[in-house]
Amino acid sequence: MRTLNRLLLSDLARMWGQALAICAVLACGVATYTMSATTIRSLEFTYARYYRDYRFADVFVALERAPNRLAARLRGIPGVAAVETRVVRDVILDIPGMREPASCRLVSIPADADSSLNAVHLRVGRLPQPDRRGEVLASEMFAEAHGLRPGDTVTVIMGGRQEELQIVGIGISPEYIYAVQPGQLLPDDRHFGILWMPYRQMAAAFNMEGAFNDAALALRPHASTLDVIARVDGLTRSYGGLGAYTRDDQVSHRRVADEISQLRGMAFVSPTVFLSVAAFLFHLVFSRIVHRRQEEIATLRAFGYRPLEIGTHFLKLLLIMISVGFLLGATAGWYLAGWLVALYGRFFRFPALYDVVAWDGMLIALGLSLLVGLAGGAAAIRQAMRLPPAVAMRPEAPPRYHATLVERLGLTPFLSTVSVMVLRRLERNLRGTLSSVSGMALGVALLVLGSFMEDTINFVIDVQFQQAQRQDVTVTFRETLSPRAQHDVRHLPGVIAVESFRAVPIRLTHGQHSRRVSLMGLAPRPQLFRVLDKRVRPVTIVAGGMTVSEKLAELLGARRGDLLEVTLLEGRRSRHLVPIVEIFRDYTNPGVYMQRQELHRLLREADCLSGAFLQVDPSQLDQFHARLKQTPAAAGVTLKRAALRSFQATIAENLRPMRWMNAAFASIIAFGVIYNCALISLAERSRDLATLRVLGFTRQEVAAVMLGELAVITLAALPLGLPLGYFLSYLATLALDTETHRFPLVVSRATFAYSAVVILAAAGVSASVVRRMIDRLDLIAVLKVKE
Amino acid sequence: MQTPAPNAAPEPAVAEALFEARGLTKVYPMGEVEVRALRGVDLDLFAGEFVVILGPSGSGKSTLLNILGGLDVPTSGRVRFREHDLSAADEQQLTAFRREHVGFVFQFYNLISGLTARENVALVADIALDPLAPQAALDLVGLESRADHYPSQLSGGEQQRVAIARAIVKRPDVLLCDEPTGALDVKTGILVLEALASINRDLRTLTVVITHNATIANMADRVIHLSDGQISSLERNERKLPPRELVW
Repeated sequence: MRTLNRLLLSDLARMWGQALAICAVLACGVATYTMSATTIRSLEFTYARYYRDYRFADVFVALERAPNRLAARLRGIPGVAAVETRVVRDVILDIPGMREPASCRLVSIPADADSSLNAVHLRVGRLPQPDRRGEVLASEMFAEAHGLRPGDTVTVIMGGRQEELQIVGIGISPEYIYAVQPGQLLPDDRHFGILWMPYRQMAAAFNMEGAFNDAALALRPHASTLDVIARVDGLTRSYGGLGAYTRDDQVSHRRVADEISQLRGMAFVSPTVFLSVAAFLFHLVFSRIVHRRQEEIATLRAFGYRPLEIGTHFLKLLLIMISVGFLLGATAGWYLAGWLVALYGRFFRFPALYDVVAWDGMLIALGLSLLVGLAGGAAAIRQAMRLPPAVAMRPEAPPRYHATLVERLGLTPFLSTVSVMVLRRLERNLRGTLSSVSGMALGVALLVLGSFMEDTINFVIDVQFQQAQRQDVTVTFRETLSPRAQHDVRHLPGVIAVESFRAVPIRLTHGQHSRRVSLMGLAPRPQLFRVLDKRVRPVTIVAGGMTVSEKLAELLGARRGDLLEVTLLEGRRSRHLVPIVEIFRDYTNPGVYMQRQELHRLLREADCLSGAFLQVDPSQLDQFHARLKQTPAAAGVTLKRAALRSFQATIAENLRPMRWMNAAFASIIAFGVIYNCALISLAERSRDLATLRVLGFTRQEVAAVMLGELAVITLAALPLGLPLGYFLSYLATLALDTETHRFPLVVSRATFAYSAVVILAAAGVSASVVRRMIDRLDLIAVLKVKE
Repeated sequence: MQTPAPNAAPEPAVAEALFEARGLTKVYPMGEVEVRALRGVDLDLFAGEFVVILGPSGSGKSTLLNILGGLDVPTSGRVRFREHDLSAADEQQLTAFRREHVGFVFQFYNLISGLTARENVALVADIALDPLAPQAALDLVGLESRADHYPSQLSGGEQQRVAIARAIVKRPDVLLCDEPTGALDVKTGILVLEALASINRDLRTLTVVITHNATIANMADRVIHLSDGQISSLERNERKLPPRELVW
């Protein structure tokens, strides 16, 4: 067998280009899969370790004001391991050099901050001293967005007074891996940040001495979360508790978990495409090798080599290619995962990022590679093993020629001989042609899949930021204010229109499903903050029930007309049965709305407001901002334009590299398919082509025969690949559908055009390689070889 | 010498009959037509003989050779190699038969282009029970100095001699040659035939050569004429000519 092994190496040396093209496609599949697996494993490990080392809490509860002694009672709840009480306040911030105000969340830290729950990891500087006034620790991304360093100061409005705070350190916390302003889509680090301040200072500033308004609880292993939540709700009810919730409802954790679930979904779509193409290429090339080697195989068989020995020879060839593809892919996947984890590290802040290789993912990828290789190569290997030696030694029976479509349609007189040659061969080799077209179509589809996200996101931006949210600024009030506040806000400089709202935290329950959301009371036909239906038409907030997001209805298993149990988590904590009167589609945190007056009745309160949407004259924005910075009633300000900019920057940073990667991968597919098809076609037809050259055809004319075939294959792949890409994109939107983000399927013409152009370019490059091979055809040698 | 009954097999007194074929027929489809390649062939072949089978294209020579070599089985009739019934053998048994007893030489050499001359020979030595050293086999065909050349670096005659070395390296009981000089010029053809003759003489290997070149028949012990799938005549040469005396 030793000599046969040498033959193996010589085979590989002869077909290295083809082998490498297949290995590359397989490698792309392995790389995309192992990249996702390793990134998921690394992120999970990284945040699990962060949560453990910095004691991220299991249950959270916000309340109005409770005495510190309530902490002991919370600690006494069975299953609770530790309790951390603090003061949390959203305030408006004036940052030197920034015209508009920023919002920030002030969070108190205990004297023994190192051992507390949700402990802060210090990046630079030091922790604020408990007894020194005005010292704070700033969150890292907020500090980076403003270039703030220890020693810098910011101004906040605290307890109705402007106060200067000095930043003494910069840190991160497991509670704010992803820090997003309440009601916002994505983090906007320039306009929202976290400041940590010693409890004593904060309590003094907000008149909260001996009290707290927020608690975090760590549970013992196997504690019943539901029991603990029920007891916490019971204990905090009389202190204005807003309802305890778990990590699942905690904004930062939810987002990290959603991101990982999206990664998990995407881990299947792209690799499936690559692996299908790889299987196709294995099939193409191995069938061809076996066909071309018929005589050699027959000779070996004539000398007594057994079918199993022949099969083993080709199997080894297959296994070598699979191994090379797998190793290339696994290495690339590992490298790309490192890059992706680092990219995540810019949006999600951790004390340290760990690259953890997902060995099980690697094993699965190896299994898939073997499966794909064997699926592709098995038929050819079986054929090699079954080849009857005597038949193979005989000259091939002449193919059964029959009239092709070109003749039947009577097109021959209108076509050049070269065109007829091209079309006849494509039809006579119909299976080969169809599989090449399918392979190319998958390449096209992959490009659409890799690019459609930008269209989808642009659509979401347009719907969310232009059509639905037409306000320029959203102001939330520290506490509910009388309708007079609307009047006051209306008189801020530059304000053109005001629309106020009432927002209440509620728990919605339907059967076994339950969600903690914010119920917004709006005018029946809001003009600034609109609710839109599937066709982007405004929805009227109908009386007699709630208008609920499609996603929320799905999560609750409810339909229009169903009664939902609404538990108000503010004020009287009453429970009500309220029907769903309308369902609409939204793309971010699912919303639930009702007419404001109806919400007031539910709350048994007089007309009052939680905040307002404003339209502001752009020419007067500076004066508007200046006044807003000094408005004690405002707890938070969201500027739509800033949010939009931040959103777009984040998306660009995230999507561009992915898009490049996909384009590169799709080009590898296109090249792999075209190159292999061309090589095989060239091998089969080199005699015909050399004959044409001998007869006096020019190189261009001869090349036209080959390139014509490739062109037809490429052009036929486009109308198949584009709809396939649309379908794959649809699958991707299903995979990406999470509670925090949903992506409608939107694919623009530009994306289709881009995909077509990239494939045509890749086909062009392959064609030029083929062209060079045709130019180098050795005419005499080709004609001398026996058929 | 012309025998009166064309299909009767002569029986030399001493030699062992290696092959015994009776009533061989072979029908196979070729494209859209059915070819009756053999129509009832009776034949005995003996150890150490040099037999030439002559016949025009399509007379069934190659089919007969394939059946004798265990590459194919007859549609009807019987063929025995010693005590083995090849016509009833399955694929596994035929493979074992070829592996242990048969050496093939083809018209177009059928060398593996990715292997050197020595490696081509070693390929068969690797699976043989008691092979010659590959180099020794190459020495026997006078190619000792070309062992490390690839087929593409060898002339047609050299390639055919490598093919012969490859066929004899396993010390086969029978050497089956299908138009071994068909692709060669006279001078090179004679070199190849000399190699075959010396192997037949020195190793006492039953050598069967099929050709449509009647001149080659002069170096044979026996000559079998095939025509239209049947043995039309069978003659024994009183005097074998050495290959160098052949002219065509």
